Amino acid sequence: MSILINKNTRVVTQGITGKTGQFHTKMSKEYANGANCYVAGVNPKKAGESYEGIPIFASVKEAKKQTGVNTSVIYVPPPFAAAAIWEAVEAELDLVICITEGIPVRDMVEVKDRMRKAGSKTILCGPNCPGIITPDEIKIGIMPGHIHMKGRIGVVSRSGTLTYEAVGQLSDLRLGQSTAVGIGGDPVNGLKHKEVLELFMNDPDTDAVIMIGEIGGSDEEAAAEWYAKECQNKKPVVGFIAGVTAPPGKRMGHAGAIISGGKGTAQEKLAVMEACGIRTTKNPAEMGKLLKSVL
Amino acid sequence: MKIHEYQGKEILRKFGVATPRGKACFSVDEAVRVAGELGGKVWVVKAQIHAGGRGKGGGVKVAKSMDEVRQYAGQILGMQLKTHQTGPEGQKVRRLLIEEGADIKKELYLGMVVDRVTQKVCLMASSEGGMDIEEVAGHTPEKIHKVFVDPAKGLTDAEADEVARKIGVPDASVPQARGVLQGLYKAFWETDASLAEINPLILTGDGKVIALDAKMNFDSNALFRHEDIVAMRDLDEEDPAEIEASKFDLSYISLDGNIGCLVNGAGLAMATMDTIKLFGAEPANFLDVGGGATTEKVTEAFKLMLANPKVKGILVNIFGGIMKCDTIASGVVAAAREVHLSVPLVVRMRGTNEDIGKQILKDSGLPIISASDMADAAQKIVAAVSGK
Ligand SMILES: Nc1ncnc2c1ncn2[C@@H]1O[C@H](COP(=O)(O)OP(=O)(O)OP(=O)(O)O)[C@@H](O)[C@H]1O
Ligand SMILES: [Mg+2]
Repeated sequence: MSILINKNTRVVTQGITGKTGQFHTKMSKEYANGANCYVAGVNPKKAGESYEGIPIFASVKEAKKQTGVNTSVIYVPPPFAAAAIWEAVEAELDLVICITEGIPVRDMVEVKDRMRKAGSKTILCGPNCPGIITPDEIKIGIMPGHIHMKGRIGVVSRSGTLTYEAVGQLSDLRLGQSTAVGIGGDPVNGLKHKEVLELFMNDPDTDAVIMIGEIGGSDEEAAAEWYAKECQNKKPVVGFIAGVTAPPGKRMGHAGAIISGGKGTAQEKLAVMEACGIRTTKNPAEMGKLLKSVL
Repeated sequence: MKIHEYQGKEILRKFGVATPRGKACFSVDEAVRVAGELGGKVWVVKAQIHAGGRGKGGGVKVAKSMDEVRQYAGQILGMQLKTHQTGPEGQKVRRLLIEEGADIKKELYLGMVVDRVTQKVCLMASSEGGMDIEEVAGHTPEKIHKVFVDPAKGLTDAEADEVARKIGVPDASVPQARGVLQGLYKAFWETDASLAEINPLILTGDGKVIALDAKMNFDSNALFRHEDIVAMRDLDEEDPAEIEASKFDLSYISLDGNIGCLVNGAGLAMATMDTIKLFGAEPANFLDVGGGATTEKVTEAFKLMLANPKVKGILVNIFGGIMKCDTIASGVVAAAREVHLSVPLVVRMRGTNEDIGKQILKDSGLPIISASDMADAAQKIVAAVSGK
């Protein structure tokens, strides 16, 4: 097993006719079981056509009806990406992975509000994320497939290349990954560290987790506190937070400082994680080694 | 993107929020002329920079005569204004706002941002407005009232009135305060703002509710649908290196250290800076070349880093995924040649075509130091820069 996606996942690509969508759909189709997983694309103007043997439909609903897809990946340009998310939600897919970077925050506030009010069961991952991969089964997103190795370590991270860094270190140590999840760095997004951590803790095929965070927000703290207080099925978790050296920066106004209440710094996050039983390192070259030491 | 107070007030006025009458000025003579046109007996001379805390830093002065207007305008215009929000180097004042002095009975606070936890716009309001609001929030958080706004409904009458009462607006002025609160919310929402703040919002002696300050920042991802706001951009307020970088689609931030870094991906870039610090040195910049770095982009990135006289060494850290290591290596070699690189250069490359990339660096004949991982790279550049 794994979390969120596996070889039986069936994927529709929204934005399959754009340059990015085409490139990554092709790469993903060539990875592991991709040829069986990538079964549909969407573009209202190009319905009936195909790309790399993948049929294109007018809508996500139509793609689901014709092919039984349960997951979508979105490469639609930023001005239209939130609408694409909503289309996938309305089609009642299980999972929507939005790769698009640069979506206006207001669009995300709106679509998340509609999802909550509709009581949607669709899980959103991203936006502005590298995607999700279950090694040797399926890759959905823009991560380089070949650095991954099948195994029993879960990886969750807000940043793209830093996820690859952690995965690369694990693979070098011959520690394979069950699933690696890039949740993206946008302020208003879908899956949070806590939810992914919970999925990993309940996954019988995951033995330990690397959780990588960044300064800003309080997602890492929330995940750590859940782990300490509510997690029933504890497995070792190690962490790294990027941004210890990030300067406070030039700013305007006081609202940012008031809403964060002094929280969200790397030091604060590391302290909370340590207090909650998550071992952390300040050296990002040692994430893999740290994980190995707690196994 | 940030704008000036006077521009923020223009926006707020469009949404029905009352502000003092005033005008932006670029010279002392203009300031005096504008004060004359405004009339009255009291004027406020306000430095226009993209940072707050101007009052405490000496950038806001109340003038009670034309001579004082001239005197204060002369002092403030051209000064290097340092506040707790500018950083230690301060910011040069190139524009002034001259506005009529207001009769302040009470200073209140209003602020708006998107809250990451609830994923809604959060209105923050306090009866303790003015220049010490951060201390108020720190020591007496119960004095900050928060409303998380339903995006489908907007800020309702009932919510607005309740907040107004909580921050001490007298009953007679509540309808006016409601207009201000709803106007601020509409302005925030419709302009795709990331920050909207009125500090202070004042109650005047005759019961009026007026915005004395206006700070607005905007979501850069939404500027494509706001030409009018893009037109308000003031490049003088931005770091020239950062403007240059944005032309090449590079994300660059100047810092105080002496080790330049070039990395792909923001998270990895931050982690690289952290590693440099961990081994005892300071990064000179944050630089994310993004996912599609070409030789041209890498060359521009080198030029940017080396334009900073503080840079004594460069660390390149690339995790090649879609972007291949050999492409990056060719870019690094071409860039090093073009800029006649004279400081030590450490390169760490991982990922696709790593071996070809390393060979390209080796065959170049340039004195490039190769590193096996991020920590090794940081140690090597720190040692090279400190002459060890
Ligand atoms: N038009 C005015 N009439 C009277 N007093 C004013 C006026 N404008 C500003 N002031 C006074 O000057 C103080 C500082 O001005 P303002 O709030 O505009 O700048 P600031 O110091 O940058 O704000 P902040 O502390 O919120 O960053 C205000 O709190 C207010 O007391
Ligand atoms: Mg103010």
